Amino acid sequence: MADSSVQEQRAKQVLPENTEKTLVPQVEIPRVIKPAPSRFRNEIAKYLVRRSNDCVHCGKCTEVCPYGVHVLKSGYKNFAAPRQQFCIGPSCRQTGHYCVYLCPQQALKMVENPMLKCLGDYRWTPDMLLATWKMAETGAPPLPEYGYDYETGASGGGFDRLRFKFADKPAVELADDEIDTGLELNRRHDGRPQIKIDVPWYGGGMSFGSVSNITQLSKARAAVAFNTFTCTGEGGYMERMRPYDDHTITQVATGLFGVREETIQRVRIVEFKYAQGAKPGLGGHLLADKVTPAVAKMRETVTGISLFSPFPFHSVYSIEDHKKHMDWIKHVNRRALISTKVSTPADVDMVAVGSYSAGTHIVHLDGGYGGTGAAPDIAKKNIAMPIEYAIVKVHRFLEQEGIRDKVTLMVSGGLRTSHDIAKAIALGADGVVIGTAELVALGCLRCGRCESGRGCPRGIATTDVELSEMVNLEWGTQRIINLYHAWRKELVDILKRFGLRSVRELRGRSDLLMHLDYTNDVEPRR
Amino acid sequence: MPEKYHIATKRMPPRLPRIGKFGVVDWREDCAGCHNCVKKACVYDRYRQEAQYIKGLNDVNAFFSECMGCFSCVQKCTKGLLSLAVNPAYERLGNGYFTPDIILTTWDQAETASIPVSGAGYRGKFTGDGFDSMWTDMSEIVRPTRDGIHGREYISTAVDIGRKPSQLTFENGELVGALPPLVDIPIPLIIDMLPAKYSFLQLIPVFVAVAARTGTMAVIDWNDSGLLGAEKEKNLSHIIFYLGKDTPLPPEGIIRKSRLMEIADGDNVEPRIKELKSVNPELVVAVRVDLDAHGGQRAIELAHQSFVEVIHIAADIDGNQVGAAKPRFIKDMARDIHTSLVKEGIRDNVTVISGGGIALTEHLAKQIICGADLVAINLPLLIALECRLCQDCRDGFACPAKIETLNTDYAVGRMTNLVAAWHDQLIEVMGAMGMREVRRLRGETGRALFFEDLEEDTFGRLFGTRTKS
Repeated sequence: MADSSVQEQRAKQVLPENTEKTLVPQVEIPRVIKPAPSRFRNEIAKYLVRRSNDCVHCGKCTEVCPYGVHVLKSGYKNFAAPRQQFCIGPSCRQTGHYCVYLCPQQALKMVENPMLKCLGDYRWTPDMLLATWKMAETGAPPLPEYGYDYETGASGGGFDRLRFKFADKPAVELADDEIDTGLELNRRHDGRPQIKIDVPWYGGGMSFGSVSNITQLSKARAAVAFNTFTCTGEGGYMERMRPYDDHTITQVATGLFGVREETIQRVRIVEFKYAQGAKPGLGGHLLADKVTPAVAKMRETVTGISLFSPFPFHSVYSIEDHKKHMDWIKHVNRRALISTKVSTPADVDMVAVGSYSAGTHIVHLDGGYGGTGAAPDIAKKNIAMPIEYAIVKVHRFLEQEGIRDKVTLMVSGGLRTSHDIAKAIALGADGVVIGTAELVALGCLRCGRCESGRGCPRGIATTDVELSEMVNLEWGTQRIINLYHAWRKELVDILKRFGLRSVRELRGRSDLLMHLDYTNDVEPRR
Repeated sequence: MPEKYHIATKRMPPRLPRIGKFGVVDWREDCAGCHNCVKKACVYDRYRQEAQYIKGLNDVNAFFSECMGCFSCVQKCTKGLLSLAVNPAYERLGNGYFTPDIILTTWDQAETASIPVSGAGYRGKFTGDGFDSMWTDMSEIVRPTRDGIHGREYISTAVDIGRKPSQLTFENGELVGALPPLVDIPIPLIIDMLPAKYSFLQLIPVFVAVAARTGTMAVIDWNDSGLLGAEKEKNLSHIIFYLGKDTPLPPEGIIRKSRLMEIADGDNVEPRIKELKSVNPELVVAVRVDLDAHGGQRAIELAHQSFVEVIHIAADIDGNQVGAAKPRFIKDMARDIHTSLVKEGIRDNVTVISGGGIALTEHLAKQIICGADLVAINLPLLIALECRLCQDCRDGFACPAKIETLNTDYAVGRMTNLVAAWHDQLIEVMGAMGMREVRRLRGETGRALFFEDLEEDTFGRLFGTRTKS
């Protein structure tokens, strides 16, 4: 590694004085945790609490419940509706707080919410959704007494079968503030800026069109608070995003929608999107109904006509062509880092090494089970491999080629929790890219109706003016900040339990993992 | 430029009430009667349709299934009176192999003829049995060694059925010997006879009409040919008559005008093929082999015979080995047959048609990757007519989908839509793979990723031996 003065000198050569930086004053967002309760009147709760007419308003239940489920406001004769989202269920029995038993009139009833059957799926279980909402609300991991089984999903493979091998006692006792979760994004030391983000993740590409203005801005503001990044996706760059330029990645995708010289010059990272995990080999989809006048204007297209991006870049047939593209961007913006977003084909390891030799700073792998605003069902399930395999393959190959420490490996595609993030890093990624989880923080429940009509019924992935007003910018920002904060706390906790001082030490430590379907008798390769 | 293969489609709305996944349970007692009731704000306008239905202005009760499960009304109702439930009718659809989701997506494709598209990521299991334990590959940057860059319109899905000579011999610029006959169809899919469980004789002319509309062929039992009437002569190029082991041969006129016929496997295969060929040397004859305990071996044996051109391997309707306690799956059996024929250098002597277990387009693509030249389907077409595989018909009860009283044009339209949607989806996956021809996809396991291989190569090296099969 060159010493810092040499680096500085080189930086001057690479970055002449006339490099156009963003001209708009940048906004500061404090990293403050505030409660951001659900924007809906009735929260979806794990347990339903019902009060019958036998209630005599004695107030016994308010005394026994330590979680504040039962509320009798002063001056009122009747109870308010039970705040059942705080109920921890029948595990109260052990602690002697079980209101159902203690009610002298036996007027209370508690059941597991049957509606949870309608919520979630194998990858995002109901518990995982509820826990993520809780984190977005409070900024802390959910209390253990709630008993959310949210660290893994129910898909029966990959991350959901991997577990950390925690020791009873860590090798070194560390305090929270001794642990560094930061990640350097430029490992080429090519004179371009050394960008460091405070958490080992940044926000994934979601275009204006696939999601609303407010959603994009909420993501960007949370990225500012955590000194990380968000990505504009392929649909161009709103003026309203400019105060967050320093924390924005802009995408050059196959459709080249909204890509202009100035949009490239404003930002610190430019991402080439070759493919997306949910629809590898197909190109972006934005269906007609969501192409509103505002979207069409930004993408320079026609309102109400579906936009299907081509695949692949019609000017890239080889790694040499990829390098040509990259050199072009590097010339247009002399201070930007380049990220290359690719999907996970059988030869993903070769693709990653090829991208590195073409000059990319970040290789971003998007696995086959990744999120999307719209993709053919046949593509979501069947094309390209899940990210878990790709991480292992690429990490190993980069090591063999001797370039593992010269490129940053970011991964995405079905990472849902901080535990998934830690597992991905332990398998060999440097950091991860987050998409769906941020939307869940905003109230998404993955009903899967983002693609058509007015779009998202919850006002997140929509371009409909009326629907997108359902989300408030301040609230949205706070929800994502809270989620990030809870995740960071959990990540620090995992590192602490292993006695690791930094998230960089966790990378490639697959010896700290075990797989429930394996014998786990391989000698650790360290 | 040759004429493009195109299937003309038309929207075919369902005749029966739709069945959705969710239903809202509306507990009206204790309603506060808010003026700005959450029901008015339903994004999908479900409640307005319900109101119209109750008033009798609109007799389409589609609203029952329009609930998309977004929880908005449930979460916004001031009294918390609304709940969401999974529709029990949805859960009853289909069976263990043809899951409710498969039934619904098939209905949707039969209605719209379009590729199902949805938002949010994949929601299913990481992997599974059968076709769920493999993924198709994609091509990141289209490399010169692959098929190169092309638009979707240049992807060919045509296949040839018959024996393909491994080389041609010329003498003085003239071809020596006659080329074996070939039947070409524009899509790697033929329509198979319905299994005995779901036998609807009135659908036989419908299958022939669908085959004619989509340019493919339908297997029809010669014993049922009486049901075809005049259609029989007109559409002979789209019919594959199936002859059971002891069925007498059809009249010479029929054999002469047919392109392809299928006979049951048995000890009389050779004389029967020779007899058919003696009437019409241009006829291609397929041999149908049931994939029971000896089926795979039998298929390989047949491929060695000089008189066999086409083998139709048939697993049961769920793609399993016939009559086995621990059945193997069609994809693995086809892979074995294919690999064995390739090793012996005789793969192109026969065309392999694979039947059973094909429920979705992805299965078609994956089965071709595993070594079939084309597939035969039947149940998906029946499901296109709103069949829900309840098997009530077998017990003599009335069919809930009223298939007996179906209008022929409607049935043909629905099935044609489904075939068109499958064709479009096949082109999507082939485009992603960077393949220009479905012929080149056959046995191309390099364009697929198998669960066992990936596990061994990644987790196997990190965590030892896999203990769960």
